[in-house]
Amino acid sequence: MLKVPYVTSYLTEHFADDAFATLDGYESRGGYDAARTALKKMAPADVIELVKRAGLQGRGGAGFSTGLKWSFMPVKSDGPKYLVCNADESEPGSFKDRILLERGPHQMLEGILIAAWATGAEKTFVYVRGEYAYPARQLERAIEEARAKGYLGERVLGTKFRHDVVLQRGAGAYICGEETGLLESLEGKKGQPRKKPPFPAQHGAFGRPTTVNNVETFSHVPHIVRNGAEWFRGFGTEKSPGTTIFGVSGHVVRPGLYELPLGTRLDEIVFQHAGGVLGGRQLKGVIPGGMSMPILPAGQIDVPMANESLRERKTMLGTGGIMVMDDTCCMVRVAEIITYFFRDESCGQCTQCREGTGWLHKIVSRIERGAGEKQDLDVLLDVAGKMEGQTICAFADAAAWPVQGLLRHFRGDFEEHVLQHRCPFPSSFEL
Amino acid sequence: MVISRDSRARIDAEIAKYPQRRGALLPALHIVHEEHGHVAAESARELAEIFGLRPNEVMEVVSFYNMFYATPQPRHHVYVCTNLPCSLRGARSLLRDLEQHLGVDEHGNTGDGRIHLGHEECLGACAYAPMMRIDDRYCEDLDLEQARRILDALE
Ligand SMILES: Cc1cc2nc3c(=O)[nH]c(=O)nc-3n(C[C@H](O)[C@H](O)[C@H](O)COP(=O)(O)O)c2cc1C
Ligand code: SF4
Ligand code: FES
Repeated sequence: MLKVPYVTSYLTEHFADDAFATLDGYESRGGYDAARTALKKMAPADVIELVKRAGLQGRGGAGFSTGLKWSFMPVKSDGPKYLVCNADESEPGSFKDRILLERGPHQMLEGILIAAWATGAEKTFVYVRGEYAYPARQLERAIEEARAKGYLGERVLGTKFRHDVVLQRGAGAYICGEETGLLESLEGKKGQPRKKPPFPAQHGAFGRPTTVNNVETFSHVPHIVRNGAEWFRGFGTEKSPGTTIFGVSGHVVRPGLYELPLGTRLDEIVFQHAGGVLGGRQLKGVIPGGMSMPILPAGQIDVPMANESLRERKTMLGTGGIMVMDDTCCMVRVAEIITYFFRDESCGQCTQCREGTGWLHKIVSRIERGAGEKQDLDVLLDVAGKMEGQTICAFADAAAWPVQGLLRHFRGDFEEHVLQHRCPFPSSFEL
Repeated sequence: MVISRDSRARIDAEIAKYPQRRGALLPALHIVHEEHGHVAAESARELAEIFGLRPNEVMEVVSFYNMFYATPQPRHHVYVCTNLPCSLRGARSLLRDLEQHLGVDEHGNTGDGRIHLGHEECLGACAYAPMMRIDDRYCEDLDLEQARRILDALE
């Protein structure tokens, strides 16, 4: 079981109490009161309106408005509508959904129930990454408890509304986190992303209208219903309301989870909350939002962790997975690990992605070994540029951005490898 | 029949949860792995029949996912995470040390069919690095001594 976050707020404040993961413990903290309010006192359209006003943005990486996404679901439908909860969490550097499943499964289920009411969905499929065996067990138990108590089933809370939750375990494929790759996998196929349109709201799981949201996104919802949009907007920034759970890893004194308002400054998270760089060394760079997001050099981390601010520095919030690197780090080795990952995980449908990720890794490895040539740096940028915006899903962009970021800020590291025909960072972490 | 009656009942219960039978294919493959550790040709034929697919369609799905296997497997799968946050914290030297300690072959297998040792991408434990996954279990905040002891204790 994951350690409780060092800093908590409304999502994680009861996570130190093991009972919070059980129905009794959750109810004793007011659990399922928000679902009761939504189902018995609010029309579905009012719930959507509330979530829109709160300004909740998806926490799965893309940051899309949750209320708006729910409003895309057709109100009338000649058959079932579905929700999908994306618990595939595989973006390197991210481990927040895991703790929400392990220590707050009912909080997420309550959010799902409210979302189901708002969108008229009769079933939710929760897709949990295959390696998360313990989180999946925690959730399965919570689903059974909720069903036994009438929070799920034919007559939810004694109303005419019916809803059930089905847990499916993935089986080790990063691309199943992309929402249409996930839908394919859920249908028992290879997890290869679909061409869009049609979008999931029209043609989603099993061909039916479907809304896909992240574990954390759902977990915020009960708090918004309970406390209101204005309360929610009291956390975070004007454009990015609410808290999020930052995962801090790498060369820091206190790696771990931190629930903080969006807009908290990155340098504050690294130096104050996480205790600064390990061993009293100097900072070299920070990846702010999971592996797909471009790195920031030490001099640029005086930035609020919110998309409107991070975009000005050509990076994004992503999943809030913060990876910290000290001054011994070789950024070509960092690039080697990143490009290896994307080469390995490309589903291979699109030529630009399949070939591009292969080339990026090949060239970066060559540079790291000391066998690179001067023009290799421009070839990397050329390949990365051609991968952007050309493919069925955003994976190819996610593979290109970190390489562009490393070359933008640490071009010198790459050039030194080429000039010296070896890695000039002997004390860097091992490859 | 290689799929036991018990497993078959569990597969049927999964099928009942989905609007289309095939939705239960991944759950069924997990159930077959629990029983046999891999999906043999005979299991694939039986699954194909249950799901109204061709056996090669089942095997295509098996080969897409890292956690499914088409051939018999050692008793334990051990994976050290070597993605960036873990590598920053010494995961790769841990992996190399464990390879030596176990004396695995070039495929990462011990000669006695006990362990397959390999590396895996980020497992969602980045703050507790280095770490490894043993079958369904995570072992976090490892040092070499501890990791060796855990592996030595595996049956
Ligand atoms: C390559 C790729 C991998 C993704 N992996 C995940 C993931 O593991 N978990 C997740 O919630 N979203 C992931 N996403 C984003 C989803 O496609 C989708 O936007 C998200 O689940 C929507 O939920 P939200 O609006 O609540 O954030 C990924 C996207 C891409 C392109
Ligand atoms: S961009 Fe890459 S991962 Fe996405 S569909 Fe194309 S080949 Fe597959
Ligand atoms: S990098 Fe190893 S668990 Fe995330």
